[in-house]
Amino acid sequence: MNEELRAIWQSFFNWVMGIGPRPENEVIPPEPPPDLPFTQRPNDKYTRFHEATLKERYTQWLEIHGLHLFSALYAGLSVLTCVVIVALLLATVAELPPFGHEGNPANNEVIRRYVERGGNETGAQNIVAGLILDYRAFDTFGESAVLFTAAVSVLMILGASRRGKTDDGESPHTESAGRNFLQRGPPAMSLHTFRRDDAILRGVATLSIPAILMMGCVVVINGHLSPGGGFSGGAILSTALILAANAYGFGRVHDFFSERTFIVSSSTALMIYAMSKGYSFFTGANHIHSIIPKGTIGDILSGGLILPLNICVGLIVAGTLYGFYALFSEGDI
Amino acid sequence: MNESIGMFAYNIPFASIFLMMISAIITPLLPDKNRIPEKLSCVMIGIVGVLSAYLLYALTAGGQSLSFNFMMGHFPAPWGNELRAGPLEAVLSLVFCAAMLLSLTGNLSSTAEDIAPKRRNIFCVLVNLLTASLLALTYTNDLFTAYVFIEINTIAACAIVAVKESPETVRAALRYLIMSLVGSGLVMIAICLLYDLTGHLLMQDMSRAIHGLVASKSYIMPLTVSLALITAGLAIKSALYPFASWLPDAHGSSTNASSAILSGLVLKGHIFTIIKIFHRVYGLDVIHLLRMDTVIFILGLVAMIMGSVHALRQTNVKRMIAWSSVAQVGYIFLGVGLNTTAGIAAACLHIIVHACVKPMLFTAAGGLSNAAGHKKGLHALMGTFYVNIWAGLGLIAGAFSMMGIPGFAGFASKLSLTLASFGHSTVVWALSALAASSVLNALYYVPAVIVVLTHNKDAQKNFTAHAPTMSYKVSMCIFLALNFYLGLFCMPLLRLITRGVSVL
Amino acid sequence: MLEKLLLNHYEAAAVILSGIGLTNLLLQRNLIKKIIGLNIMDTAVYLFLAAKGYVAGRAAPILIPDGAGGWITSSSVYVNPIPAGLVLTGIVVSVSVTAFALALTLKLYESYGTLNIDEALMKMTQEQEQLEARIDEAQEEAL
Repeated sequence: MNEELRAIWQSFFNWVMGIGPRPENEVIPPEPPPDLPFTQRPNDKYTRFHEATLKERYTQWLEIHGLHLFSALYAGLSVLTCVVIVALLLATVAELPPFGHEGNPANNEVIRRYVERGGNETGAQNIVAGLILDYRAFDTFGESAVLFTAAVSVLMILGASRRGKTDDGESPHTESAGRNFLQRGPPAMSLHTFRRDDAILRGVATLSIPAILMMGCVVVINGHLSPGGGFSGGAILSTALILAANAYGFGRVHDFFSERTFIVSSSTALMIYAMSKGYSFFTGANHIHSIIPKGTIGDILSGGLILPLNICVGLIVAGTLYGFYALFSEGDI
Repeated sequence: MNESIGMFAYNIPFASIFLMMISAIITPLLPDKNRIPEKLSCVMIGIVGVLSAYLLYALTAGGQSLSFNFMMGHFPAPWGNELRAGPLEAVLSLVFCAAMLLSLTGNLSSTAEDIAPKRRNIFCVLVNLLTASLLALTYTNDLFTAYVFIEINTIAACAIVAVKESPETVRAALRYLIMSLVGSGLVMIAICLLYDLTGHLLMQDMSRAIHGLVASKSYIMPLTVSLALITAGLAIKSALYPFASWLPDAHGSSTNASSAILSGLVLKGHIFTIIKIFHRVYGLDVIHLLRMDTVIFILGLVAMIMGSVHALRQTNVKRMIAWSSVAQVGYIFLGVGLNTTAGIAAACLHIIVHACVKPMLFTAAGGLSNAAGHKKGLHALMGTFYVNIWAGLGLIAGAFSMMGIPGFAGFASKLSLTLASFGHSTVVWALSALAASSVLNALYYVPAVIVVLTHNKDAQKNFTAHAPTMSYKVSMCIFLALNFYLGLFCMPLLRLITRGVSVL
Repeated sequence: MLEKLLLNHYEAAAVILSGIGLTNLLLQRNLIKKIIGLNIMDTAVYLFLAAKGYVAGRAAPILIPDGAGGWITSSSVYVNPIPAGLVLTGIVVSVSVTAFALALTLKLYESYGTLNIDEALMKMTQEQEQLEARIDEAQEEAL
């Protein structure tokens, strides 16, 4: 009895560990040569079922079904999460203060001071410009820093590597992966082809680029008087640069706006921003009299630091957005 | 308040954020010869660290615990931005600067190997921005400023993962970025909801408005939802367990300096933001009323166990350490979930301990795998202790610390967590989870230590026998000293933190 | 509840949009679509903020001349300016983040030839296995 039990246990143990006798009819294929790409490797893993331990069998099962099961589970869970979040938020929205109502909590003494005394305290006719560049200027400084961080990171990821490629051939990984998996079409970086004979585009660009540039400058310079400011004006300026690059080729833009210009202009503009705002924060916090005049509301030279700050921000934004475009389409500025 | 601490100390929070920002902005303009950018970053971080130490001294000299608000600009609290500094903020910024500096100097050689020369300049920019954003998150008293700096932190953190050029890091960085962006989206929605309910963005004004709402029992549901969203968003960013799937990829594949910075500091910045929001925006009583403390407590318990269970299954030493970070984040959230001053103080102590120990572990693991010819598998490290003794000592001290052996840093924080959980209704759960997690920690750290200490004649022939550099040895020495200091003399620090929490 | 939802219909639309964005972000396998989902989510937040800043019947927050050389500064004339500032910050953050995410995506595509992050993982592990096998073989040959 005991012996039998032990035999059964032994065979079970062998089955679990995968060291049982091999059946007569099992075929063991020869090992594939190791340098075949994985897509062409013969699928030999699952023929030697009896030799596999329970753990290996589990991993095999997981390899076949796991990804499928996991994606189904993941999809179900994420839909569920989203439905729950939307339902919760809808219930929340229903309880929020009513839309457009005067007595809402947000219309409090904070707003009252911004509107009633904002003109005199910041010198800006545009209350929003006064708010973001004077009252809550630290947020806006952080926001410019976000743009700077992103510009630097994108330059790092897309810029340096591709230039490296032209210097010393392809990097080893792109050789193996890029070639194997990506055999149709040209590589992603040369999607942009410049055509010399596009007369319509060039004509339109010649006519409209000065107008766009002027529009951008007006929006930047009038930021404290009318809707607009550094960010929107800078975006308009960058479209002029992008249009020029498309009409006349990146080389022509590169003559006056290279990577070095981009870095120097962004860093310098942000530096001026940081220095002037730092001065303003320092004087404000220590109750020192600030030497910056506010000017009269409605004049072009008014609003204290708002005008120079808008110009700095405009430069940063114009350069960065054009830089993004050039890096994405050409891999270089 | 301005007079009692002196004008110099009063300006330190502002000056340290701006110094780091200016150093980040100026770095792209510098020539990238002679490692000038790296030297500049290290010097700047060092200066900010010294300034923070002075601020700490000024705030706590003579047994007092002062705190002050710093007006950013010409307009007072509900209208302008504000910074706020107290003993806790000063201690944390000191620790952040010290850990950042040591992570950089300790890994100088592996950074030089992993990062192309053209990218090293930008790496320094990103490190500076990361430090600036961590300092801003520590000091800010304005929820929207916190959001903006969280975004800087996110981009810079993902970029220092991708700075090492390999397909693996790009994938890890993308995964990290997408998870982080879900998190910041949730935080943004929550801030909008809170602004709509209170009409303020500064923390103490928000807090006053929220207490008014709770007292009049109005808008309880939107308040709960906003709290849940902001906690979930920041929990994703600080890798609380169910949301931690991105962490091992990002921390395991990046260069050693990045892993050390991400594990030791970036997670901590977000956790401290949660603590600040709980403490200063909602208030502990409201958190308890809305039951968020229980949720955090349970998630912390789960993270403590599951992080270690995942770490047990790793064969790559850096991924093992990364999963151990998930478990350690669980400890911190356990302390936060206790929702008492003692619990939060213990959580802050664990933030400090982990910010000192985890960079040491990553630096040590980097040194060991470098000695083993850049292999990261645990079995490949056999006998590497005898090649790079400093790295070996660092790994052993770090492992003992994570297990909670008395005399090492981790013991201090585990002890204070244990003490904090006494008298709390959940004491049994907390204690059993602490015990179980310590045992699990030992289960994967002890084998690692044994492997490293085992003599292996065959493999040692293949080892690249270049000795650790001077900067590596010095940084490791300071790491070890910090570890023992925290393990043996933590009580004054804990008292300091408790005072800091009480005026938070 | 439905009545209130109709009253707050801009906010309700914003919330539904953000739900669509979040679902896209979590569910889509294609990274470009994920990033589009992220942008939808951001846009929903701007809509929410714009709706929150609106006060019925008031003007945009740019001072209006009162006709006698001065400016109308009564707070009951203009809408809330803070959400405008927040939206501006949000837009810049979203532009930066989108550019960064797209740059990483482009890099991923160059390395793996796929926009699917899980497929990239599979290809990576398979390649690593091959590489390790090759290294082992080389070592055996050397011995």
